[in-house]
Amino acid sequence: MTPRVTFAVAARVLAQLRRDHRTVAMLIVLPALLVSLMWWMFTDSPMVFDRVGGPLLAVFPSIIMFVVTSVATLRERSSGTLSRLFTMPMGKLDFLLGYALAFALIAVVQALAVVSIALYLLDLDIQGAAWQLGVVAVLDGVLGTALGLFASAFAATEFQAVQMMPAVMIPQILLCGLLVPRDQLPTVLHAISDVLPLSYAVDAVLGVAKGNGFTTATGGDTLVVLGFILAALGLGAATLKRRTA
Amino acid sequence: MMKNAVSCRDVVVVRGDREVLHGVDFDLRAGSVTGLLGPSGCGKTTLIRAIVGLQARVTGDVSVLGLPAGAPKLRGRIGYVTQEPSVYGDLTVTENLRFFAAVLGVPSSDVERVVEAVDLTSHADARVDQLSGGQRSRASLAAALLGSPELLVLDEPTVGLDPVLRRDLWNLFHELADAGSTLLVSSHVMDEASRCDRLLLMRDGELLADDTPQDLLLSAGTSDIEQAFLTLIDRKAGAR
Repeated sequence: MTPRVTFAVAARVLAQLRRDHRTVAMLIVLPALLVSLMWWMFTDSPMVFDRVGGPLLAVFPSIIMFVVTSVATLRERSSGTLSRLFTMPMGKLDFLLGYALAFALIAVVQALAVVSIALYLLDLDIQGAAWQLGVVAVLDGVLGTALGLFASAFAATEFQAVQMMPAVMIPQILLCGLLVPRDQLPTVLHAISDVLPLSYAVDAVLGVAKGNGFTTATGGDTLVVLGFILAALGLGAATLKRRTA
Repeated sequence: MMKNAVSCRDVVVVRGDREVLHGVDFDLRAGSVTGLLGPSGCGKTTLIRAIVGLQARVTGDVSVLGLPAGAPKLRGRIGYVTQEPSVYGDLTVTENLRFFAAVLGVPSSDVERVVEAVDLTSHADARVDQLSGGQRSRASLAAALLGSPELLVLDEPTVGLDPVLRRDLWNLFHELADAGSTLLVSSHVMDEASRCDRLLLMRDGELLADDTPQDLLLSAGTSDIEQAFLTLIDRKAGAR
């Protein structure tokens, strides 16, 4: 791993995003818009919004980041730029970390937008500190990025990559505690949800919303999310092949 | 200085369930310009990818600058141009080259030099996806020249370029070789053959000839390379 190369990749990805206003708008505005839509749907029952609002701050950013990043390495494969980079002193991890770093910066802006709108415009009621909610929302965006990069290293074509969204993300959305609290799931499904990253992302948000700080179990959930991020990037780097048929 | 920049011994490549290279042998003398000629689909790109270390399922011996092909120590010492221009369309020529220079650890002052070398100075600040096909492939070539690599492997770099530019690029290739680089340039256009120091003629995953253009014409008893190519194919068929 070479920091020079990692930062070069991150700076390049950001330079490309700067030209792509539609993608940036989707990444930053869409989660806030979707949360607002949910607020509107439950305008007559604010209790429901207070219950699902928090988990949505975890779910929307991670899904949207997943979709955008899952085609990222495929685009470089089909354009030949990945081949060129592989003949240069670029580690596979440099490549993925560069992308992760660039999208982590986007995730910070995204979290700022969605958390401030949820708390100050839509009056989402939480006990914990706003900054903690922000930290968890950023990590959840980065989680979506890391899972997307892993999926994109795994898929052979962009066509396969877009199919990863329903396959990888929808089961996690169903089981993460958004629709049914995880402890009310049937035993087998509860056990499955225990190994899915988004479950911990939602647990962390729910913990912060309840007023549990990072020194409690919520801190543990946050660390598990971080662990999943690192594991997804490591596995993605291991899956990416320099030599292809 | 080493004599051969690239040595291939009995190189076989399998793709899917098909063998696409059937035991290729040749050497590239350091400081030479070698043309890899053959019809589309004959295995030129596969051979090139084996040399730059990106091809899976290669058997036999491919040695590059004294190291096995694909060795981590070779990264950055080989300039590789893929057939499709491998640059980012949404960035300018300069932005692309600055990025690749950063990855290579080459000073960004080198960017100006390579832009000039491929005659793109007037388009240095244009987005690559707004350039013509020929300009785009020159941008891709410029990226391969960064850091003056010892070996340049160019997969059809002159396709679609006008004759003046093609002549200029071939002059550039020879200047680079005179400065000590070794070049392997593939083409399916036979009339580029006379511009090479040596020729590798390829067909159906086999080398038909490995010779200088003059000796090739002499041994085939013809006056142009296309005719020599046909003669060699006929002789080979006759020998079977």
